[in-house]
Amino acid sequence: MSRTIEDRPTVPPAAPSKGGPVAARRRALLAGRQWKGKEREYDLFKELTVGVIVVGVLVVGVAAIAGSPDEPTINLQSWGNASPFDFVATASTELGKTSSTATYGPPYSTTTDATQTLGPIDLQSLSGRRIPIDTAADFVTTPLRKLHSEIPALATWDAADSTQQAKWANSYADAIGKAPQGDPAKVKSGSYGPVPAMTAGLLAEAQRGALDGAIQGEGGIFNTDYTRTILFLGDGSYFPDLATAQHLTGDQWGMMNETGNFPGQSWLWLFSFWYQVPAIGGLANADLVVVGLMGLLTVLLALVPFIPGLRSLPRLIPLHKLIWRDYYRRR
Amino acid sequence: MSDTKILSDAETPAEADRSWTGRTRRWVLKRLPPDKLLPNTQPSYVASWIYVFGMGAIASLLFIIVSGVVLSLNGPMWYHLSSVGHFVNSVHLWSVEFFFFFMVIHMWGKFWMAAWRGHRVLTWITGVVSFAVSIVAAFTGYLVQTNFDSEWIAFQAKDALNASGIGAWFNVANFGQMFMWHILLLPAAVLVIVAMHVVLVRVHGVVPPLDADDSDSQLAGVQPTPVQLIDQEVSHVSND
Repeated sequence: MSRTIEDRPTVPPAAPSKGGPVAARRRALLAGRQWKGKEREYDLFKELTVGVIVVGVLVVGVAAIAGSPDEPTINLQSWGNASPFDFVATASTELGKTSSTATYGPPYSTTTDATQTLGPIDLQSLSGRRIPIDTAADFVTTPLRKLHSEIPALATWDAADSTQQAKWANSYADAIGKAPQGDPAKVKSGSYGPVPAMTAGLLAEAQRGALDGAIQGEGGIFNTDYTRTILFLGDGSYFPDLATAQHLTGDQWGMMNETGNFPGQSWLWLFSFWYQVPAIGGLANADLVVVGLMGLLTVLLALVPFIPGLRSLPRLIPLHKLIWRDYYRRR
Repeated sequence: MSDTKILSDAETPAEADRSWTGRTRRWVLKRLPPDKLLPNTQPSYVASWIYVFGMGAIASLLFIIVSGVVLSLNGPMWYHLSSVGHFVNSVHLWSVEFFFFFMVIHMWGKFWMAAWRGHRVLTWITGVVSFAVSIVAAFTGYLVQTNFDSEWIAFQAKDALNASGIGAWFNVANFGQMFMWHILLLPAAVLVIVAMHVVLVRVHGVVPPLDADDSDSQLAGVQPTPVQLIDQEVSHVSND
């Protein structure tokens, strides 16, 4: 009568010194067999119930004691009121299309050589300009037009060609950068065209709370896409400065931090770690390198059972003898 | 016209059922009979605190789902406006923190137990995949907190996603898109993968200690049977 693997008599494992493929195959067969030794009582549902109660007490208890973070959002209004000079300077770069968003490349703009690449690999360009952002139109002129603000200045702006528009806006942005405290009121006189009036008008609309709705409304009344607002906020220095103060930026392990004293996404520690390594964090393509590294490490983790050396670590560093200490004590 | 098959005396209705449903039922019952699916005993070596953490992760997941459902019923702004809502949000947050705490310890424990042995590779892989998908699910949760942190994460995280070519389709600044990922797509993915993982654990059983026999024969006070002694000799000869 033929016998299946399950029917065969038990096979004591080879002595530890007996390595090689035969011993490895024997170990694999044994580990896959049905246990025929002593069993202990086990109640799955009882364990689950006890687990739920214990975890429930922990979760509800900590939630009641520690609560959760809820740092209020900032918006264009709070930015305009808290840091008007930064707002005007940023609006000038949006008009001149020299801001971070304007020069970002895909998926927001078509700026050439702006993508992160790794040799010939240019994943960022694959999408093309799938989320088109025209910073001058989306952040400044369209909202002003919608709010009927600075109409004469807008007419002057519209009548000029794009070269002239860029010249005005960039001259003004430079002048603000050189003005005492970056105060737009203290810039040296120059050829700025309608830009000072437009940016001042935009600031006034932001401060009275109309600009948030005007920009958000570009996507319709039910717009739940905050890309434009968030990119505009990020082009200034007010928003990143607030994040820096909360230790949330990439070079502060910010990926795993949370506002206040709450734990954040601590499981992202390795992702965040690579940005702290100067040789990686300082690269122009750091994001692509880190994502690639983490993707590779995740695949390696999943495939540990197939990787010689890695899969042998538990045998070489016998922490399993602590885990199964009762079993090994009886051996 | 119905095609009625007459069964022979030797055939039981269950064995003779060649329908897809019948074949599937037999396949499932063969691999996962009820006593394996819902066991009331475990091998004697299943005696360690490390086994608690897998169950802890599942219990935490239960609290994540329940608190998430309550938050969903009330909408994303509720927790800003109500003390009860804030408390439920806190339960949701801390469930997630405990979920990852338990899951990471569970995973490290399984690594040092080399728990992929004995045809359990897929169990290990589904565990790693559930960890990875859970990270994305939690990440979208942080994006839809509708507070300062979510604003900043949306701004900062876009760079890594855009650089890797994902950001154009997975736009972290698009609240509506992230909200749907967080409350529907990713929880569904986590639940499916965790369910697969648990079923695989039940199918293959708990991995035995390294170099353990499939019985108590190696333990002190337990004498090997004559057949085991012969097999031991054969195995040593084959290794030499």
